[in-house]
Amino acid sequence: MSPKKYTRIAVTAIFICLLAVTFIASRNNDFFSGKNSSRQKEAAEKAYGFYLEPVNKEAGISFRHIAPEVDPKLNNIKRQIASMGAAVSICDFDNDGWNDIYFTNSAIGSKNALYRNLHNGEFEDVADKVQLADVNRTGTGVSMGAVWCDYDNDGFKDLLLYKWGKPELFKNIEGKRFEPVTEGGGLPSWVNANSAIWFDFNNDGLSDIFIAGYYKEIFHLDSLNTTKIMPESFKYANNGGRNFLLKNTGNGRFEDVTEQYGLTSTKWTLAAAAADFNGDGYPELYIANDYNVDEFYLNRNGQRFEEKGREAGVGHIPKSGMNASFGDIANDGNIGVYTTNITEKGILIQGNNYWQPRNERSAEHPSFVNLAQISGIENAGWSYGAQFADLNNDGYMDLYVANGFISAKKNTSYWYDYSKVTGGNSAIIGDAKNWPDMEGKSQSGYEQDKIWLNNSDGLFEDVSDKVCPTATYDGRAIAIADLWNRGVLDVVVANQNNIPLVYKNQAGNSNHWIAFDLQGTVSNADAIGARVEVEWDGKKQAQIVTGGMGFSSQNQHRLHFGTGKSDKIDQVTVYWPSGHTDTIKNPEINKLHIVKESKPNN
Amino acid sequence: MPKEYQLESMPATASLSQWLKNNFQYIPPAFITLILLVGQFTFGILDSYMTLVAAIATAMIAEIILARIVLGTWKNLASAYITGISVGILIRSNVVWPYIVTSLLSILSKYVFRYKDRHLWNPSNFGVSWMLALYSVHVAGLSIQWGSNLAAMSVIWILGLLIVNRAKRLHVTVTYVISFSILAYVRCLITGDAFLAELSPLTGPMYQLFIFFMITDPPTSVSTRKGRIIVAVLVAIVEFVLRLNNLIYAPFFALFLVGPVAKFFDLRSIALRNRKREKPGVGPGSVA
Repeated sequence: MSPKKYTRIAVTAIFICLLAVTFIASRNNDFFSGKNSSRQKEAAEKAYGFYLEPVNKEAGISFRHIAPEVDPKLNNIKRQIASMGAAVSICDFDNDGWNDIYFTNSAIGSKNALYRNLHNGEFEDVADKVQLADVNRTGTGVSMGAVWCDYDNDGFKDLLLYKWGKPELFKNIEGKRFEPVTEGGGLPSWVNANSAIWFDFNNDGLSDIFIAGYYKEIFHLDSLNTTKIMPESFKYANNGGRNFLLKNTGNGRFEDVTEQYGLTSTKWTLAAAAADFNGDGYPELYIANDYNVDEFYLNRNGQRFEEKGREAGVGHIPKSGMNASFGDIANDGNIGVYTTNITEKGILIQGNNYWQPRNERSAEHPSFVNLAQISGIENAGWSYGAQFADLNNDGYMDLYVANGFISAKKNTSYWYDYSKVTGGNSAIIGDAKNWPDMEGKSQSGYEQDKIWLNNSDGLFEDVSDKVCPTATYDGRAIAIADLWNRGVLDVVVANQNNIPLVYKNQAGNSNHWIAFDLQGTVSNADAIGARVEVEWDGKKQAQIVTGGMGFSSQNQHRLHFGTGKSDKIDQVTVYWPSGHTDTIKNPEINKLHIVKESKPNN
Repeated sequence: MPKEYQLESMPATASLSQWLKNNFQYIPPAFITLILLVGQFTFGILDSYMTLVAAIATAMIAEIILARIVLGTWKNLASAYITGISVGILIRSNVVWPYIVTSLLSILSKYVFRYKDRHLWNPSNFGVSWMLALYSVHVAGLSIQWGSNLAAMSVIWILGLLIVNRAKRLHVTVTYVISFSILAYVRCLITGDAFLAELSPLTGPMYQLFIFFMITDPPTSVSTRKGRIIVAVLVAIVEFVLRLNNLIYAPFFALFLVGPVAKFFDLRSIALRNRKREKPGVGPGSVA
C-alpha cells in the first residue's frame, strides 16, 4: 500500500472517530438526567446534609395559582402570554417573629393568599381577613408579584402589589389589617409589570420603588385593539414597557423621577435587584431583560443612574434574562449576580450567568466575569426564579433554580413553531397574529427544578433528583425563609397555573448557623441595602438585605448564614445604608440576632 | 478632450473588471466578513470573538494540512475561510470546542467523502448539520442576529444577490427562494398557520447565509444550469417535508441529503459522457 493510502486511511479514521465521539457524547449528556433515582430521605440527609420535603398539606397551604385571561385575539398563543404571575414573597407582617407567606394569583376574581404562620407547623390564610385577597379585579388588572417594605418607617411592613394593571400600595395597620393607600400616592396608573423592588437609591432613609414594565403600559392584555404587542426582535427588542423609578417623598407619596434619573429604557424587563457594587454606599441597579441584553445602572451618589452594562461586561450578549439574585459563592465577600435564561437542547443554548465582580468593591466602575460555566451552574432549562441559600448550613451558598415554561400536552413541543417566527423580521415577530397556534403544545415543559450544591471548591454539584421528590411544575418564583424558626432554610416555589411547593428542609447534620434581622434607625427601617459580612474560620461571607430579588419574589427579611462545623464566629460587620458601620465580635451561634442600627455618633 | 478622457478611463474600468474576474474567489469571503463586521458593530452578534477565531483557524489549518498530506498540494484558503466563518456564525455553543470540532469535521468531510476526486458535501453544511442533529446537548443553531431589522436585511439581500449573480448562481438562489415561498404557502394551508409565519424563516439570518453561501457553493453544485435549478427545487421540497416534521434546521438537513446525491450523479454522468467521447467510434480508418 502506498504512503498516500495510509494517509487517507488515517484521515478517514480520525473523521470517523470525531463523528462517533460527538454522537456518543450527546447521548450520554443531558441537562435532565431523566433518571428518577430519588434516594431515600435518610440517604439524602446523610449524603448532602438535607432533604426538601413538600409539606403543603401538613402546613395547611391549599393555594393554587390561576393564570391570567388574555384577549381572545391572542388565543393562538394564550398559554405563552399568560405564562407569568405565580409569585411568592415572605414577610413577618404581624411582627410575631415568624415568617408568613404571600402568594399572588392572576385570574380576574381569583384571590391572593396571605398565609399567617401559626407557629405550630401550620399556616392559615388570612388574606381575606386583612384585606389582601380580593385584589384581582376588572379595571385594576391582575397580580404579577408583591414586595414588602416598611415604606413609612412605622415598624410594620407594607405591601406593594404589582400587576398587569394598576400597582397598588397597602399600608400595614399594626399587623392587623391592610389599608389601600394607592390613590393619591403617585403610583402609575397602569404598568404591565413582572418585577418591582424596594430600595433606597438616595439613602435618605425612605425606601423607594422601582417597577419595570414588560409589555407596553398602553396595553390592557385582557382587552386589546391590536395584536401588535410582541417584541420586535428575539434579541434586540426595545419596544417593551417603560420603567418607573418612584422616589419616596416621605408623606405617603411617591414622585416619578424615572427620566430625571435616566432609567428611560424600554426593554422587556423581568427582574431587578439592587446592591452597592462599588462601595460608595449607593445601590446599583441590575436589570435582567428578556429579548435583549441585561442592564447595569451605576448609581451616581443618589443623584442619577448611568447605564454601564457593556462596560461592566454584562451587556454584551442578549439572552432572555428572567432573574437577578445575589450570592457570595466563594466566601470571599464578593457578591455576584445570578441571572437565568433559556437552555433547550439543540435549539437554544443561552445558559444562565453568574456575574462575579472582577474587582474590589472600591473600584469606581465595577465589571463582572461570567463564572456560571466554570462553576457548573450554567445549564438548567427554561429557568425563571433562582435564589442562593445555604441549604445544608455547611457555610457555602447553594442554588435553587425554578424551571419549566409551559407544561401542556405531553410529548409535544411548540419549539419548532416558535423558531419560525422568532427568527424572522420584526414585522412578523412583533404581531401576535403571525405566531402559530400553540394547539395545546408544551414548550420546555415538565422540567425539574435545579438544585445545585456548593461543594466549597468553586464547583456546584447537581443534586436535583436526590434531595427532593421529583416535581415538574412550571416553576416561577422562589422564596427562601426559615419558616419554622429551626435554623435551617426552607424553600417555597410558586408554580404557574398550579400549586406552589412548600419545602420543609429536613436537616441531616448538626451544622451551625447564625441569622440577623436588621432594623434601620437612620437608614430605612428595613435596612434595605445593608450589607452583612460574617467572618469565621478564615472565611468571610457577605449578604445583602434586599427589598425583593429573584423573579417575582422576596426572601425572608433576615439574613441566614450557615457556618458548618464552626461554632465560633470571629466577627460580624454591618454596613448600613446610612454609611454607618456596626461590628459585633463573637456573637452567639445558632441564634437569630435582632440588630438595631446604632446612631452614628455612638 | 472627451475622447482623451474616454481613452484614459476605459482601460481602468476594464482592468478593475478583469481583476474582479480573476480574483472573484475573494469576493464571497469579503462579503461574509462584511456581513459579520456590520452585524458585530451594529448588534454585537458574536457571543465571543474567541469562538469565531477558533472556527476559522481550525478550518484553515486543517485545510493546509489535509491538502498537503492527502492531495499533495497547497490550496487557496478562501474556501476554508468561508467554512470557518460560516461555522462561527451558524452554530451557537457556550463552549469553544464545538466550534473547533465542527470546523474540523467540515474540512475533513472534503477529504474523506470524495468521488471522482471531488468532494460531495458542502463542508460547512456537513459539519453544521452533523453537530445540530447529533450533538445537540452543547450545540444549537443561529436563531436571530441582525435585530430582525428590515434595513439590515435589505442590505444583506441586495449585496448577496449581486454577488451570487456575479458568481453565476443567481438562478439557484432565485429558484430556491421561489420554491420555498410557494411551499410555505402550501404548508400554511396544511398547518393552518399564517403564511407570514411559514415565510418568516426566509427573513432571518440563517437563511441569508444558506441561500447566498451554502446552496450556491460552486464546488458542490452540479455542472449544468438546468441541473442546479432542479437541485434547488429538490432541496426546497425535502425541506418542506422536514418542516412538516417540525425540524428547525430543515434547510441544512435538506441540502445535506440532496446535495451529495445530486453531485454524485452529476459527476457520474460527466464521467460517462467523457468516456463515451474518448471511446473511438466507427469512422474513417476504423476496423469494422
